[in-house]
Amino acid sequence: MNILNFVHAFFSDSAHWHGYDGIPTRFWEHIGYSLEALAYSAVIGLPIGVLTGHYGRGGNALALIATAGRALPTFGLLVLLTILLGFSLVPVMVPLVVLAVPPILVTTYEALRSVDPSPVDAARGMGMSESRILFQVELPVALPLILSGLRSAAIQIVSTATIAAYVGLGGLGRYIIDGLYQRSYEKVVGGATLVAGLALATLAVFWAVGRFAVSPGVRRGA
Amino acid sequence: MIRIDSVTKRYPDGTVAVDRLSLEIPDRSITVLVGPSGCGKTTTLRMINRMVEPSEGSILLDGVDIQAQPVNTLRRSMGYVIQNAGLFQHRTIIDNIATVPRLLGWSKERSRARAAELMERVGLDSSLARRYPYQLSGGQQQRVGVARALAADPPVLLMDEPFSAVDPVVRKGLQDELLRIQEELGKTIVFVTHDIDEAIKLGTMVAVMRTGGKLAQFAPPAELLSAPADDFVEDFLGTDRGIRRLSFFPSGALKLESGPVVPVDADAKKLAARGSADVPYLLVTDLDGKPLGWGAPQDLTAGEIAVGQLLPYGRPFVHGKDSLRAALDGAVLSPTGWSVGVDGTGRVVGVVSQAVIAEAIRNAHAEGRTDDEAKAVR
Amino acid sequence: MSGFFDIPSDLQHSYLGLIGLHLREALIPVLVGLLVSLPIAQLCVRFRWLYPPVLGVTTVLYAVPSLAFFVFLIDYTGQSETTVMIPLAVYSLVVLVPAIVDGVRSVPPETLAAATAMGLGAVRRYFQVQLPIAVPAIIAGLRVATVSSISLVSIGMLIGNQGALGNLLNDANIYHRPELAVNAVLTMAALAILADAALVLVRRVLTPWMPRKGAAR
Repeated sequence: MNILNFVHAFFSDSAHWHGYDGIPTRFWEHIGYSLEALAYSAVIGLPIGVLTGHYGRGGNALALIATAGRALPTFGLLVLLTILLGFSLVPVMVPLVVLAVPPILVTTYEALRSVDPSPVDAARGMGMSESRILFQVELPVALPLILSGLRSAAIQIVSTATIAAYVGLGGLGRYIIDGLYQRSYEKVVGGATLVAGLALATLAVFWAVGRFAVSPGVRRGA
Repeated sequence: MIRIDSVTKRYPDGTVAVDRLSLEIPDRSITVLVGPSGCGKTTTLRMINRMVEPSEGSILLDGVDIQAQPVNTLRRSMGYVIQNAGLFQHRTIIDNIATVPRLLGWSKERSRARAAELMERVGLDSSLARRYPYQLSGGQQQRVGVARALAADPPVLLMDEPFSAVDPVVRKGLQDELLRIQEELGKTIVFVTHDIDEAIKLGTMVAVMRTGGKLAQFAPPAELLSAPADDFVEDFLGTDRGIRRLSFFPSGALKLESGPVVPVDADAKKLAARGSADVPYLLVTDLDGKPLGWGAPQDLTAGEIAVGQLLPYGRPFVHGKDSLRAALDGAVLSPTGWSVGVDGTGRVVGVVSQAVIAEAIRNAHAEGRTDDEAKAVR
Repeated sequence: MSGFFDIPSDLQHSYLGLIGLHLREALIPVLVGLLVSLPIAQLCVRFRWLYPPVLGVTTVLYAVPSLAFFVFLIDYTGQSETTVMIPLAVYSLVVLVPAIVDGVRSVPPETLAAATAMGLGAVRRYFQVQLPIAVPAIIAGLRVATVSSISLVSIGMLIGNQGALGNLLNDANIYHRPELAVNAVLTMAALAILADAALVLVRRVLTPWMPRKGAAR
């Protein structure tokens, strides 16, 4: 009994490559859920983190919100919301967003707080407007840390989006849940491998974005 | 002219950073604000470009209240240099320098051309243009900071402890560079430092501030040294202020003697002619006229002067360029008690004894020469 | 009519019993994770080349969904608490190793040099200087690991009611008693917040030299 055997069995079964339960379909479904959840989380977490970080206010409130968000059990929330709202995408999205907002929020706040104050002082002294200071001085320097927060949020989402299958939706979690009920280890291991692979791909995407978007002066200077 | 008119800065917790300060900062010269930490010097500087707003009083720039124009317009018309330079690490050197021109709406090409011009002016090699700040030394970064502040050619330059974070050798280089640039550009510079020596070296006028944000004395540096207003200023100036004040007296008035100077190949006749009862030592020079050392006439034999056995000649001063302080220093350093005067190329012009230097110091004090000419002597 | 705290008998536990079970299933793995991650982290500090591959492996492990982990382990450890706790220990490891490495590395080199100059050997230096200074970073890691562990235990429900409070979620479905799900979610959240607060308290006790200013994280 070997994981590699399961992996091989799963991927070499041509039936797993076609149709509504084929790997491509489940793969794109999974990416779809993940991107949607990441987008909501970023829309909530980034602006709040950036503004609190820029003005240096509300750090304590932010820590409380982040702790509360982390404390809410993801799976419990999913089941509860499904009972209350019935089967739909909403009970899946809410726990994923609750899971992903704290790391984005806290890291973004920290990223802005850890920007060296002296270039900001120089920029203000040169007559830059506050919005220019934020966008042209602080954000470029804070970007690597902000990206790292988004990255860990994205990886947690990719891994956790498997719960969508529990409430009858698709995604790579299908293989794991179905494998559990059908006692098919092959499916479970195959699904887990795909999720881990997707997480690695997410890492690669963030690495590439970092190469492209972060100034060499920040990348190597810090 | 910048006029600070009985300005007070009081913080909400009741601390008074600056207390009814009035100061007239003359145009086209360096005014230094100096004092111990917590004396309000940086707060005062930051009120000039409204990084800090005064609680009471007003600041006038060429007769107009600085509150009259939009704050960012005001700031763009004043260069601002801070400790550690505060460069933008994500931008190349040339783009750092081009910041304010870009803010003022100059085209990218024009801004960069201007930035390149400034790099040259502050002594930065053009090969550094595309580098990032982390690739530069502390001294180079500070030069970039100065260039960035000068980029839009502002009439006023505010400098907040700009050279405090670099080592003494680099600091001296930056100070000399600033004086040179100032000679070319003639900006109105307000310079904050906690280092009294830096204040005396750079300042046309020096404002000494004391804890609690009060002005202790506002005077040219030579006057500060000769007549400190009170115990605090005297204490802050430190020891040796008499000696340091000599920096402001030119050595040009010293009468040098060329009699006791002989070349290393001098023949017996020449040695005999130069040696006399009044002159205990002769200064031996090389064939180029540069000093080698002192020797007693009876120890010197024509044709076989042993250079290695000559007495050290201390540190020569450049006659007419260096100050009486340098001349005195040379005399004190040499065991003979005589100082060697040289020209710009290092050739001996003549020698002078401690007694003559002391005489010159007495005369200078009597004349009270602390004018602009003296200032240039440092 | 059943009350909010009336636990269906199939779970064979009272409300308080479920809380105890939940804490045990959540906290033992964190503790084990901490004990294992300390030597691993120290190795990563000692041998710098080891850190990137360790980070890579742990990141992949972290990305494996917990359910897949549980299902895979059933074959070895059965539908038991152990099956739930092993993956949780692995996740804790993933959070704690980088936290400890960064914490130990954040000790200023001059502090280390001073300790060496005073004649502290490598072992003493580790226990008396590096570890204490790394405490805030380690506790920060423990907070994340503990809170996520408390949340993840509930997924054990899917492998034959091994999810402690999470089993209430299943019963909420079976018996159409949504209040059981509410109870489960709120209780788990409360446990997480209390555990988090307890760790903050521990940090304050262990690091009296830290400024008491509140900060995010």
